[in-house]
Amino acid sequence: MTSARRGTWAQFRTHRGAVIGAGILLIAAFAVLFGPHLWSIDPHLIDIRARNQGISFAHPLGADRLGRDTLARMLAGGRVSLAVAGAAMGLALSLGAVIGVASGYFRRLDGPLMRLTDLFLALPLLPLLLVIIALFRDALRAAFGPETGIFILIASVIGATSWMKTARIVRGEVLALKEREFVLASGALGAPAGRLIFRHILPGVISPIMISAALGVGDAIITESALSFLGLGFPPDFPTWGRLLYDSTDYLQQYPGRVLWPGLAISLTVLSINYVGDGLRDALDPRTRG
Amino acid sequence: MKTAFTLIIAIFSLYVAPAAHAARGADGHLRIIYWQAPSTMNPYLSGGTKEIEAASLVLEPLARYDQNGNMKPWLAERVPTLENGGVSKDLRTITWKLKGGLKWADGTPVTSKDVVFTWKYCTHPQGGCSQSEKYNDVKNVEALDALTVRVTFGIAKPFPYGPFVGAQAPIIQAAQFADCLGARAPRCTDANFKPVGTGPFSVAEFRPNDVISFVANSNYRDPARPAFARVTFKGGGDATAAARSVLETGEFDYAWNLQLAPDVLANMKKAGKGVVISSFGTLVERIVVNLTNPASRLGKERSTAKHPHPFLSDPSVRKALSMAIDRKLLVEIGYGPAGRPTCNILPAPAIYKSTANDGCLMQDIPGANKLLDAAGWKRGSGGVRMKNGVKLSILYQTSTNAVRQDFQALIKQWWSKIGVETELRNISASVFFGGDPASGDTFQKFQADVQMYANNFDGTDPESYMANWACKEAPRPATQWQGNNVPRYCDKAYDALIAKMARAGALKERARLARAMNDMLMQAYVLIPLVDRGRVSAHAKTLGGVVLNTWDSELWNIADWRRVK
Repeated sequence: MTSARRGTWAQFRTHRGAVIGAGILLIAAFAVLFGPHLWSIDPHLIDIRARNQGISFAHPLGADRLGRDTLARMLAGGRVSLAVAGAAMGLALSLGAVIGVASGYFRRLDGPLMRLTDLFLALPLLPLLLVIIALFRDALRAAFGPETGIFILIASVIGATSWMKTARIVRGEVLALKEREFVLASGALGAPAGRLIFRHILPGVISPIMISAALGVGDAIITESALSFLGLGFPPDFPTWGRLLYDSTDYLQQYPGRVLWPGLAISLTVLSINYVGDGLRDALDPRTRG
Repeated sequence: MKTAFTLIIAIFSLYVAPAAHAARGADGHLRIIYWQAPSTMNPYLSGGTKEIEAASLVLEPLARYDQNGNMKPWLAERVPTLENGGVSKDLRTITWKLKGGLKWADGTPVTSKDVVFTWKYCTHPQGGCSQSEKYNDVKNVEALDALTVRVTFGIAKPFPYGPFVGAQAPIIQAAQFADCLGARAPRCTDANFKPVGTGPFSVAEFRPNDVISFVANSNYRDPARPAFARVTFKGGGDATAAARSVLETGEFDYAWNLQLAPDVLANMKKAGKGVVISSFGTLVERIVVNLTNPASRLGKERSTAKHPHPFLSDPSVRKALSMAIDRKLLVEIGYGPAGRPTCNILPAPAIYKSTANDGCLMQDIPGANKLLDAAGWKRGSGGVRMKNGVKLSILYQTSTNAVRQDFQALIKQWWSKIGVETELRNISASVFFGGDPASGDTFQKFQADVQMYANNFDGTDPESYMANWACKEAPRPATQWQGNNVPRYCDKAYDALIAKMARAGALKERARLARAMNDMLMQAYVLIPLVDRGRVSAHAKTLGGVVLNTWDSELWNIADWRRVK
């Protein structure tokens, strides 16, 4: 470990919220990765006798209106939701960062790239999704099966339609940063553009990227559930956190637990990522480092 | 002493009189809530149920349907039929005779001229009458004398009960609407808001899209009725609030159309203030089986008669799919009092209901397995049955709706027990039922193996409904994918029955034919009926005489409603 990295870690550790957030994220990741092996009830299994059951030994989080185990559905749903959110965000971030840096740093690209961003922002999302899904659903379903096919489609659709904010924020930061003395000095010393970007500019814009990532994960989870609701997402019996939440809202009064669990999972995840982003920003920002 | 005695008698008679023979208006005030508010009192200017039902307190037809879907004479003396000579042998005319002594609420007599005028009003070439299909094929309506009207049709009409029958086609007063014909109809605000009628109540005040106040009609034909002196008809809100106002808080006496989850209704009922009532019409939730191949590689020919389905064309597979379903459980979970299991696509009226298919009410998974084994479908990898390389793998689509998604999940599990693999898909209702020929996701295009939705027919005569499954009705590119024969069923014997029914005039014969058609469809398992869905309303425990009716206005017998202690 180099001293710079050690410094980052030491700095990160001093941010209490970030450490707790990272802990929760790790637990969530472990739970959805290994949970289904430990808690082996099939999330699709309908046990009609257990309908609307409360918390019990057989169903630690109760059972839903068809008698499906809520814990098993939470675990299976979390796997899908986190995977979709992670993949979509990864795509959106890379697209947004590349476009933002390129348009902020290279003046010639700025106009066309920002107009492209405006174009994407102006596109009505829902009709676009309808068209994309109508065009590619059958092909992907045939190639990868209904679930993987839809996963690829949903993750890339959400990713490809949510990079614009990141790109705009990054561009703004890059514009300010590239006129700073230390960047100008490196440039004057003859550093090539690639080195300038990776060595001096990217570390400076990491914090807005992290923050938009944190916000984006929550958005991605919600967008996924909205798509499922419209019948454009996963098959209706396929649990995801957003879907679980949506399905339970009618029963808020009678069975509040059913709304609480997926709601809690989504908000905790989003909050944790926010804190981790915050901690990372502090740790990575050369100005705050001691 | 004497005065005391008189007083006792007087008090006693006051106490007894309303119970013994209720007088008009004795029961005071009736409060009704409809969570959609009426915007007019003229049913001829609005196709909406709420307007038709509000108007039914005031305006009445010659005959209407009772709770069993049977016709009952209302303003007419009797229902004309072939047997009693009211309908001519060539099925081209029907002759109605009004009851004697009928009066409008303003005291003037009701005559056959009013009936003729009603026809002219609704069929005026410049007027947009919402009920004009009730008067289809009518060539002429003429008054034979003061009380007799003859309707002449341009064609032979085996079911001549469109004009002047049911809440959609009541008689309006010629004197009041004389200047409101054609394009002037919507401008007659006074007449449209306060029509003079023959019904048990008259409008006292009409506030569009809000509240209507009614008072008892002093010229109503039965001097003892209605029992209520005033009616407040409140519109607006939502179904949950309406249900609560009757069942939990008791602010209202009657709430209409409460399509709520069964456990939500059951919860409200616990307050003990009201009763939930339901009644059944012809709405059947069904699974439609695709008899043609929906594979995407077929391009424009997918789901057309050119390519039969690889495994659903085998009747034993279709039968097994139906046998594996537990309809009682579906009702319990999805509809509660608003549903009942059915094995018929034509569940009502009573005379059309077949009993030949009732075996489907019992779920029979071992039987379904045996049937598939016998038909040569062997279990392969993952327990999914196969034959000649064809897997029993089904794409099952429906519209987005919480109850339908629950049904999908349950049925998927039952089908997995008989070795059928199911993939579920839900489509936004506006797309699924949108009928857009450019979209692949409409129920007519049917790019899936099976799909689920509900359908019914208007009125009580099933002729046109049963004709839906004629060969020529199949949606296909040549018809821009329009047509009602969604399963793409085609049987010459069935088409022959349709042709026979179009000529049959006697009700008994028509009923026999309709039942035969229903049985043919059911025994071919091209439609798998699941739930007969009804109407749910609620009334206060203190309200008596309510008979819920899905064939006519829910308020059809409001003259008989009374307060019970």
